[in-house]
Amino acid sequence: MSTLEQVNTAESFRMETKDLSVCYNKSSFGVRDISMPVYNNQVTALIGPSGCGKTTYLRALNRMHDLSPETAVTGQALLDGEDIYAAKVDPVVVRRKIGMVFQKPTPFPTKSIYDNVAAGLALVGIRKKSILDEAVEKALQGAALWDEVKDRLKSPGGSLSGGQQQRLSIARALAIEPEVLLMDEPTSSLDPNSTIKIEELIKELKNKVSIVIVTHNMQQALRVSDYTGFFFVGSLIEFAKTDALFNKPSQDKTKEYLSGFFS
Amino acid sequence: MIDTLDHSQLIKRLAPARYRRPGDRVFKTIIVALSSGIILLALAMAVVLWIEASPTFSKFGYLNFLTSSTWDPVAGIHGALPFIIGTLVTSFGALALAVLPALAVAIFTSEYAPRWLATVINYLVDLLAAIPSVVIGIWGIFNFAPFMRDAVYMPIYEWAYEHAQWMVPMLGNPSGYNIITATLILALMIVPYTVALSRDAIRLVPKEQREAAWALGSTRWEVMKLAVLPYARSGIIAGILLSLARALGETMAIAMLIGNSNRLPFTLFGPAATMPSLIINEFREAVEPLHYTSIIAVGFYLFLITIVINMIATLVQRKLAGQRKL
Amino acid sequence: MELSARYARDKVVQVFIVLLTLLVIVPLAIIIIYVVVNGIGSINGDFFTQELGSPSRAIQGKPTGLVHSIIGTIIIDLVALLMAVPFGLATGILMSEYPDHPMSGFARLMSKTLNGMPAVLMGLLAYALVVKNTGGFSALAGAVALAFVMIPIISATTESVLRITPWSLREVGLAIGLPRWRVTMSLVVPAAKNGIITGILIAFARAAGEAAPLMLTSFGNNFLTFDLMSPMDTLPQRLYSLAISPYKVWHGMGWAGAIILLLFVMITFFIGRLVVNRMERQATQIENIGKNQNSKEIGQ
Repeated sequence: MSTLEQVNTAESFRMETKDLSVCYNKSSFGVRDISMPVYNNQVTALIGPSGCGKTTYLRALNRMHDLSPETAVTGQALLDGEDIYAAKVDPVVVRRKIGMVFQKPTPFPTKSIYDNVAAGLALVGIRKKSILDEAVEKALQGAALWDEVKDRLKSPGGSLSGGQQQRLSIARALAIEPEVLLMDEPTSSLDPNSTIKIEELIKELKNKVSIVIVTHNMQQALRVSDYTGFFFVGSLIEFAKTDALFNKPSQDKTKEYLSGFFS
Repeated sequence: MIDTLDHSQLIKRLAPARYRRPGDRVFKTIIVALSSGIILLALAMAVVLWIEASPTFSKFGYLNFLTSSTWDPVAGIHGALPFIIGTLVTSFGALALAVLPALAVAIFTSEYAPRWLATVINYLVDLLAAIPSVVIGIWGIFNFAPFMRDAVYMPIYEWAYEHAQWMVPMLGNPSGYNIITATLILALMIVPYTVALSRDAIRLVPKEQREAAWALGSTRWEVMKLAVLPYARSGIIAGILLSLARALGETMAIAMLIGNSNRLPFTLFGPAATMPSLIINEFREAVEPLHYTSIIAVGFYLFLITIVINMIATLVQRKLAGQRKL
Repeated sequence: MELSARYARDKVVQVFIVLLTLLVIVPLAIIIIYVVVNGIGSINGDFFTQELGSPSRAIQGKPTGLVHSIIGTIIIDLVALLMAVPFGLATGILMSEYPDHPMSGFARLMSKTLNGMPAVLMGLLAYALVVKNTGGFSALAGAVALAFVMIPIISATTESVLRITPWSLREVGLAIGLPRWRVTMSLVVPAAKNGIITGILIAFARAAGEAAPLMLTSFGNNFLTFDLMSPMDTLPQRLYSLAISPYKVWHGMGWAGAIILLLFVMITFFIGRLVVNRMERQATQIENIGKNQNSKEIGQ
């Protein structure tokens, strides 16, 4: 069972899940009956101990579980009111609207920085150089990477540092102008400086996209997010505005986790 | 493919180079002594072949032997060109024919086929690699060559005879044993090697790369084109080059199907020859010393060509792999 | 580009890929069916008990068979194996367990080079080294040629199998005070036993199918012999001669011999495959245990 608090009915939901469950091999549940909103132009953090299902839930939001045949998703996930798991919905289309950035930076190593960012656009057949140039610059600006790479757009994607590669991955996701951006522990493999840069980036990005970020670092959730959801053993225990959840948690499990009882 | 770095680095930290126990020293000596066998073997190949062939090289010179096209044991004149051309044409031709089907099989089994079908196909393809060349040659002689003759060569030849007389000299006498038959069979024989190496390369592409492509809203083939194939490129090309090296040395099936003529020019449907087919064909009957040393000389050149191709393959693989250092 | 157009392109590529796959599989099936169908008819008791003899036997319809080829194959292949294993094994151990030795890198280079060498050249080398110095074609020369073919394969597979053995095995051995050579021979090699045997099997199967090196060394013999210093018949080399001969009876026996050779290779190959699959599964399991211990996020 999950606890959902209608924290601010005035703000709109970009996404919302209703009783979303992810089940492996018809036996074990990754997450169970999650009903949670994603507010428009806000950053929503998902926290919880290892193995509690936050990444599983995140990956359900852009239908990544479609790729594993043993995984079944039930329930609804609504983007602007429409269920992305409805029968006629094409996951390929869904993923253009809901982008994802992964834990390990994954630029395409054989492609140049420019081609990496333009990859999503090239997929739909946009070839005109002027359009691509503009979109690439816009995306790289949005990812706070433009100044560092504008002189070497043709060098290979793998030639950047770890933090830069992650920002490149973000730029690549931004280039197709998604409505929601899902981030799966985007800074856990980066050094502190890059982490800070990306956290600031996230705070700016939310004006353009709604962000859901999974993090195992509670301080990070405090720093960047507006709303936080606490997951435990596959259920959503508590969901509230970040300040409220951290300072005045209403559930006991939340209190235990926040005080470092288990991690 | 195992990452060699970790293992070697770990072992180097194990024990110092000085082995204090006498048992260690004895063991190491035995191992080193036996291992020198393989080094000697490789060196012996180069040196012994060269020494045995030297009378021919003294008589004709290295370059002349390479480029001369007369091979007349009776008159004592020998030139390797016909066989070099035959080898290059069949090998590169077979490679060109084999690449796309082999890649298709590798892609099919790693991305499209259900697990059981992929396993079956992989077994079959590996089985193809295991069939002895002489067995394929037998099938070629009694089944494939007559089929090609009746279904392809004769009809074309007869058509040309009626309508395009000028083509006939180029076609030659269609017996079924010719460079085309040999190239087709060779293509079939090298497919498994390309498949195996391409398959390994594709399997090594990290899951995250594929997921990144999916997350951008790619269709299945687009994921291959965007993330998988470029990443696997170096392995695939290495596979192609190594298959080329095998094609160059393929002996029995070719010898049984290529018709064995020593004279250039090779016609399309008429008999031809390659370096290995020459060796098999004439070695046992070579009575004249010059004939014998010339055959060995052809073998020596085959050895050189194989080494060169293998070196190119290693260099290309290293360069492409370095490019994708992540 | 329209999404539907992209899906259409996807479909076209898929069809193309399937067709090309069939292009590879169908000839393979044809070859096997042909060999089996044609060969079964020619196998009879005589095949396994009679020698070839002169062509007159075939022409006159007298009993003839390939027992001498089968026995010759077994003899030469086993002698070759006995010669090749010590060298191949030692080289594999050197490359894996003593990478700091100056010869190790060199050995690997030579091993790689020789693995791509045409077998016919091994035959030429064996001719120059053995036949020329012993005065004639002999089974021994044939065994030497096949050993040359086997050694690089055994060394390469041995090395790769030894590398897969868990690192901790060596640490544990040294920690309990075993000398380095005991660690290698009593712990590491036995752990890799299955893979090493598979590598040897693979090398054996490969060499057993080679005709070219044997044609230049053991030459062939229409009669049965056990003398290692005389020419001896082997199946692959004999199949070649039978196939290009003008006698129908011999053609038939060629098919029969082809089935035998094919069966032999297939069986060895499948045994090897089973062992490799089991080893791969074990290696992945070991890897996964390590991964799970290192990562905190399990089952996210």
